[in-house]
Amino acid sequence: MSLLEFEYVTLKFGGLTAVNDLSFEVEEGEVFAIVGPNGAGKSTVFNLISRFYDPYAGSIRYNGHDLLKAKASGVAAFGVARTFQNIELFEHATVLQNLLVGRHRHRKTNMLSEVLFLPSARRQELENREKVEEIIDFLDLQAFRDKMISGLPYGVRKVVEVARALATDPKLLLLDEPASGLSVEETTDMRWWIDDIRRQMGITVLMVEHDMGLVSGVSDRVLAMADGAKLALGTPAEVQSHPAVVEAYLGKAS
Amino acid sequence: MRIVFKTNYMQDIRPWKDAYQLCLYLILLAVVATAPWWLDDFYLGELTNVLIWAIAGLGLMILTGHTGQVSLGHAAFLAFGCYANVILLEAGVPFLIAFPLAGILTGLAGVTVAIPALRLHGIYLAIFTMALSILMDDVIVLAEPITGGVAGKYLGGVEIFGFLVDRWGTPVQFFWLVLGVAVLVTLGYINLLRAPLGRSFIAVRDSELSAQAMGVDIARTKMISFALSCAVSGWAGALMGMFSGAFNNETFSVLISIQLLMMIVIGGLGSIHGAFLGAIVIGFLPQFLSISKEYVGAVFGGNTVAIPGLEFGIFGMILIAFILFEPMGLYGRWLKVRTWFELFPFYRKDMFKRQKSYLKTERLR
Repeated sequence: MSLLEFEYVTLKFGGLTAVNDLSFEVEEGEVFAIVGPNGAGKSTVFNLISRFYDPYAGSIRYNGHDLLKAKASGVAAFGVARTFQNIELFEHATVLQNLLVGRHRHRKTNMLSEVLFLPSARRQELENREKVEEIIDFLDLQAFRDKMISGLPYGVRKVVEVARALATDPKLLLLDEPASGLSVEETTDMRWWIDDIRRQMGITVLMVEHDMGLVSGVSDRVLAMADGAKLALGTPAEVQSHPAVVEAYLGKAS
Repeated sequence: MRIVFKTNYMQDIRPWKDAYQLCLYLILLAVVATAPWWLDDFYLGELTNVLIWAIAGLGLMILTGHTGQVSLGHAAFLAFGCYANVILLEAGVPFLIAFPLAGILTGLAGVTVAIPALRLHGIYLAIFTMALSILMDDVIVLAEPITGGVAGKYLGGVEIFGFLVDRWGTPVQFFWLVLGVAVLVTLGYINLLRAPLGRSFIAVRDSELSAQAMGVDIARTKMISFALSCAVSGWAGALMGMFSGAFNNETFSVLISIQLLMMIVIGGLGSIHGAFLGAIVIGFLPQFLSISKEYVGAVFGGNTVAIPGLEFGIFGMILIAFILFEPMGLYGRWLKVRTWFELFPFYRKDMFKRQKSYLKTERLR
């Protein structure tokens, strides 16, 4: 059984078919990349997994569970975390607070014990802090711990988003264009981090990315999409040389 | 500039930064608590009024400042709390039970209101809540057998552990009651902000989308925010009723709602300090205006007839000035001044300037 199974998923917005009869599986422990031209439906796939959209047809299963039965806020409880293409951080909170929101799915206390800050709430906060500090160390965010997001540069925000997703303690991490807008050095850092996330933390990574250097560097398998449908699926080298992929990017040789 | 060298997590989790800060706040509390000895009865009453407004401001701050849900209808909840308190007292319930219960009932009323309000955003929510405030006026008139209608109700003193607490008879005791409630609400608020629930409020305010992806149930969180906000407003309303002694359907008009919202914007949205600073402005401005009117009259020899709407006109101008020049409110200004002194001479002009917000993921719904 695969960790994530997409079976014949179709999503239509009015007359536009954003995802067309798409099937693929993500195996546990791999880095799986989705590539494709703009408007191919890559981010839509992510939003389907996050339950922001209801598919028109098909099924999405995660670890044997029917993901379509969960609410958008219930997906995190399965251990699925994500980042967003256009950074969706909590702007008027510090990096630390953002990461602590990531711990929300592990909340065990109730409203009353929090308002009174009973020992149980204190213990929970200490546990959360320990987890979050591990991630801050892992992604080198110490210098920004108490800074407001609204004052941070773009590159750091990208990393904070990854950190916040990691703070949820996920089994499957969805990265929506982790390297877009990053400099060459930052992209290289991101590459090693994705590698470490998979190897050290044992987290399965599903990512959408345009940077082919990053994709071929870290991913085990690549899915190429165009117009909401599957073009090719295989190792990075196979996909890059696949005639349908070349045609989608470069057009037909006359 | 004081730099705290952190050696364990509790230094971040506890509400104060270091012993110095804790001392400052304890001194402030001591100064305020001893006010009956250094203030005359008139100004003590004004201070009590400011504290009551601050409690109401804290109530609205939970909803508007921290959860990002605008409410122009909090006067309705002030009224609810006020009437609930009085009706319970009249039924013979002792104050120490009636008062907390009044807040809890208001909180439950808030949840009932929140259910239809959950689907509304921004301006639509503002209109919805404003309608609520207007509606409350009529409900109080219509429910005359319970509320006394236009004639209103009268509340004398209450008894706590055998002590008479009355706004006019024993203003000092009433002041301490209000101060006690204000301190307890503030402590609860601080605890909330350092716990997961408070952070989920901020998450909902800043990005509903990613809050959901982090496992925060938006509807539930908004509902809890409404409940807490309305409960605190209920307590503030109950105290307001005790402060004014007599009240009817017009005491908690929609103007109070607007004033309340103006207050937290002037004070600084999203901070506990903001509620108190805003309350000081709202509470003392009428006194300041009447004193300055006398002064102007004395200097220029004009008459000192009250100009209708002057107070609201000046509030409006202050609000416009704040939105234009200091959107972060009085508390934001204070932070800037403090940073200027702490970093002297290295303060940069654009230090607090908000960076351009990067494009947000398109609204999915």
